[in-house]
Amino acid sequence: MHLEYQVYEADFVNAGAASSAIKKTLKQLNVNPQIVKRVVVALYEAEVNAIAHAYGGMIYADIEPDKITVKVVDKGPGIPDIAWAMQEGNSTASPEVRNMGFGAGMGLPNIQKNVDKLNVTSTVGVGTTVEMEVNFA
Amino acid sequence: MEKTPFFHALSIDEDTCIGCSHCMKICPTEALRVRDGKAVLLPDRCIDCGNCFKVCPTRAIYVKQDDFEDIFNFPIRVALVPAVFMGQFPNEITVSRIYSILKELGFTHVLETESSIPIYTAAKNKYAAEYPDVKPLISTFCPAIVRLIQVKFPGLTENLIPLRAPLDITAMYIRRKIKEEMEVKDDQIGIFYITPCAAKIAAVKSPVGEEKSLVDGVINMDSLYNRVYKEIKKQGHGYKEQKLPVSQLSADGVLTSLTNGERRLSDAKHSYSIDEIHNVIEFLEKVENEEIEDVDFLELRACDQSCPGGILTCDNRFLMCERVFGRARKIADRERKGEQTKDHELEEERNYLMRHMKVGDIKPRSMLVLDDDIGVALEKMKKIDEYRARLPQTDCGICGAPTCDALARDIVCDNAELTDCVFIQRNLEARGNMDVQESLKIMEVIWGKAKMNDYVKNK
Repeated sequence: MHLEYQVYEADFVNAGAASSAIKKTLKQLNVNPQIVKRVVVALYEAEVNAIAHAYGGMIYADIEPDKITVKVVDKGPGIPDIAWAMQEGNSTASPEVRNMGFGAGMGLPNIQKNVDKLNVTSTVGVGTTVEMEVNFA
Repeated sequence: MEKTPFFHALSIDEDTCIGCSHCMKICPTEALRVRDGKAVLLPDRCIDCGNCFKVCPTRAIYVKQDDFEDIFNFPIRVALVPAVFMGQFPNEITVSRIYSILKELGFTHVLETESSIPIYTAAKNKYAAEYPDVKPLISTFCPAIVRLIQVKFPGLTENLIPLRAPLDITAMYIRRKIKEEMEVKDDQIGIFYITPCAAKIAAVKSPVGEEKSLVDGVINMDSLYNRVYKEIKKQGHGYKEQKLPVSQLSADGVLTSLTNGERRLSDAKHSYSIDEIHNVIEFLEKVENEEIEDVDFLELRACDQSCPGGILTCDNRFLMCERVFGRARKIADRERKGEQTKDHELEEERNYLMRHMKVGDIKPRSMLVLDDDIGVALEKMKKIDEYRARLPQTDCGICGAPTCDALARDIVCDNAELTDCVFIQRNLEARGNMDVQESLKIMEVIWGKAKMNDYVKNK
């Protein structure tokens, strides 16, 4: 099953809409509630990243009987040093974004904690692609 | 996942139901459909919140209760009365007068449910200290909330605090005390709970996480209200009451069944109290996504204004809140002056009660699961999406399901047909694939012969 959602730059109002929709789907599939939770937490972080740090992007989710694969593709500044960004507390978020309660530097590390596979690729000045996979069993 | 069926306190009287579908449209868990002109309850989805009861124009939805005369099956008859019961009566009718009337009606003992609040609160705070990593902990005070979480938020069942409700703790205490003091056997004591809502009945009849309830029967608050009021009328205006010693409820106890009643007693740093079921659902969606973080404790109540908003209470909920508040203020005043101690008689049994506080695991019982097999469920979901795309998204309810999405799901689960949709019918008629008689027949299956007959005959 393939799902697609668009997210827009700085659209904090709707942050979480895609995660909620995917959550609703997974709950109907009898996926273990604790696994659903992990997917949703990881996806919410990725969604907020695309909204807060990039100029919006697309979320592609593919659900198979044994796993979910999600690809978040944003157009944006990109991440110059992915290894640095993967460490807790490191963030390039603007003060405005931090004031809204986002940008604590927990985004990528929190995704890492909740997924079985994570692949982040980025080109400075072009954008970032976050691919994650969570197994259902 | 738990599979045994729920016991439901809410029932529909087919003879009285006019198939108006008001209940179907208000149900927060989409647990109602219309078939053959009558509302039908889907037991796996119903959480006994009582919203349907409130909107039913013909009182076809009713709350099953035990026969009042059942109390006389027991030599010792205990009334467990929640503090909101007293809040239904005007201030000039004192708590002790209500106690004495309850005794005239046949109860040998009267005790307020909230007597156990100091111990309940201590147990909850102790549990929170033992499980600092579970965030947020969710109170199990309101049984409709427990069921809501089981069916709609299965991922949060681990957050529910698996402790007995105040009602059960008080029942446990009084049974033990009577057995000791009067040297009687268990089966000679009948404990009856006076309930403000349907969910508490369901909780007593099939307790979640427990094998057997500690209460022998349930009496609906509205029916007992009538009995008590009749006695008050009989006593007349000039009635001089003989003061009876009443159980010394603490101010904290009196306030517990109001919104914020638990939260104000919680040790938690960050907590919320939320009432009314749709508000709760909105909040839990966010909690489930972890959009709301660092919350230690949630007090959630299914009814607006909590228990005074219960479907079986007999006065305006805001008036009741104010009366309950007024009583708490007076008690708090006495507590401050040292005329009444906060320590309650239950204190003597504190150790025993604290040891018997835990209930078993509260398991998820999701209503959302399409199939146990993910592969099959995925296939079903694809079909649901296909049907959804063909439906008008008007959520008009003419198909007998509350929303277009619910119809799409019902079709895939073999509980409905695509042709139940009136828009689809018109389309088929326009294309010459269905005649008017056929579509009328479909309407008849959903809305009953009587409704269709009228329109046809009047023409």
